[in-house]
Amino acid sequence: MTDKTIDDPEIEEVDLWVSGTEEAEWDVYSTDEGAQKMRLEETGARLTEQLGSVVTDDYDLDDIITEDERMIINMGPQHPSTHGVLRLQLELEGEMIRRSKCVIGYLHTGMEKTAETLTFLQGPTNVTRMDYLAPLHNELCFSLAVERLLDIEVPPRAEVIRILMTELNRIASHLVAMATNGMDIGALSIMTYGFREREQILAFFEKTTGLRLNHNYIRPGGVAADLPPGWRADVSDICDTITGRLTDYEDMLKENPIWVGRTRGVGVITAEECRAYGITGPTLRSAGVPWDLRKAFPYSGIENYEFEVPVGEHGDVYDRYRVRIEEIIQSVGIVRQAADAMPKGDFRIDDRKVTPPPRHRIDESMEALIHHFKIFTEGFRVPAGETYVAIESPRGELGCYLVADGTGKPWRMHTRAPSFYNLQALPIMMADSVVADTIATIASLDPVMGDVDR
Amino acid sequence: MSVRRTAPSNVLTATVDKAARWAQTRSMFPATFGLACCAIEMMATGAPHNDLARFGMEVFRASPRQADLMIVAGRVSQKMAPVLRQVYDQMPDPKWVISMGACASTGGMFNNYALVQGVDQIVPVDIYVPGCPPGPQGLMHGILTLHDRIMAGKA
Repeated sequence: MTDKTIDDPEIEEVDLWVSGTEEAEWDVYSTDEGAQKMRLEETGARLTEQLGSVVTDDYDLDDIITEDERMIINMGPQHPSTHGVLRLQLELEGEMIRRSKCVIGYLHTGMEKTAETLTFLQGPTNVTRMDYLAPLHNELCFSLAVERLLDIEVPPRAEVIRILMTELNRIASHLVAMATNGMDIGALSIMTYGFREREQILAFFEKTTGLRLNHNYIRPGGVAADLPPGWRADVSDICDTITGRLTDYEDMLKENPIWVGRTRGVGVITAEECRAYGITGPTLRSAGVPWDLRKAFPYSGIENYEFEVPVGEHGDVYDRYRVRIEEIIQSVGIVRQAADAMPKGDFRIDDRKVTPPPRHRIDESMEALIHHFKIFTEGFRVPAGETYVAIESPRGELGCYLVADGTGKPWRMHTRAPSFYNLQALPIMMADSVVADTIATIASLDPVMGDVDR
Repeated sequence: MSVRRTAPSNVLTATVDKAARWAQTRSMFPATFGLACCAIEMMATGAPHNDLARFGMEVFRASPRQADLMIVAGRVSQKMAPVLRQVYDQMPDPKWVISMGACASTGGMFNNYALVQGVDQIVPVDIYVPGCPPGPQGLMHGILTLHDRIMAGKA
């Protein structure tokens, strides 16, 4: 560090405003916290830089309004409609949003760092808490990455169980998306409907995995436990209930003039903008792009199932809601096919270096006891290498980038979280829309802040 | 001579304190302070299957100034801690705090740089609900325990 004198031209002169004096002007920047401040004079080039090159801004500050008609309001992080702890700064001109800025990090949990201190077997415990509306997808993605590094194949029954559970999870997640989207706009009944059906799926999850959320069920080498007795009736019940009650949702929302009025043409994003920002999932499909990783890069044998990729047309909130409803129907179809096709056999790989031995073997065999002890104390070693595996989570492309250095713990684990990328679309979607549409737009993106901040 | 014997038979008597406590427990308005996974379970508790309305608590208030119970549902990051304290300070007295889940109570499985290791470092906590996440039954048990403690004058 070099000493600088007052005469140094690199030091900017700072005007300090002293309370009670009249000479100095009020410094608007001193009222906000450093890096998060949003400057009123950011126009033109700065704005384009912020929004990316795709969006051209046709809005000129100077010719319409005077200084005091513009204001910047803060929304969140403690706000009922931001789906967690998202904070938004909105620049308003009356009722119109001119610019907006997401402030994230209020739920930063340091999970990627924590993953480096956990063994590969403990890893799913950690990643399942990222996207807590689709925990099984997180586990599946991590497990697939570990299995690719280990170069092992899981038994067919494990693959089918994985597909069955993740697709049920997708239904549950989309139900919550629909429920919260309705609740945010003011359609409270749909909220009670969505949570009612989700409860049934969670009951099955609890029966199978032991927990309603954060299951730690899908693990490297297979799944933690076989499906419980009577699972076939449960799954069939769930499928029947969902299909039967979909008509209720359709009656309530599909042609409801208030719902349509609040969602049609709101929060529009084009396919080109989606591609430019790396936006995936229902948001991308609502813009008319039939991109689904289950078709593009199939995993866990999903290519053996028949399903369609529903797409929207306009890329607005209504289309995203429609895409989710259609995906629920498709997922119910996949779940039924998986239940019918469920093969017999092991639910995890019979490799004592990766999965623990069955409980009864521990009493019979000294080797089994040693294997059990080794796996649960130091874990298994994974050959050095790196890999990236992506699956289609309910929110889009969920990727896991894993670097192993030959020890029992990952050297680096990074998650490509779909909510994080989708959140970038918010400023584009909300530019030049009214304040009331903010809530509808956020809810339609269905961001999970645990996924964004990790 | 107690008031009970002189008052007409259609007048109920009680100590003011007890009546106030009864009123406090019967219409407790929680502030929406959902943070992570536990927030989903908190929403599920309010949803029809579990129905928090049975305890007069279904009105989750968006403004802390209308709330008297803060359910800290989820992990509290270092960045969120000042916000949480501010929301708590904005709530009018009397107020209570339920720390829901392992992360809010102790930091849970995330013993790292990012999380506050227990929300009781920031705000006084009345009830800790264990679990990761606690189910709706767990949260309701915590709430009922809080009610009992308020009625007993312990919280």
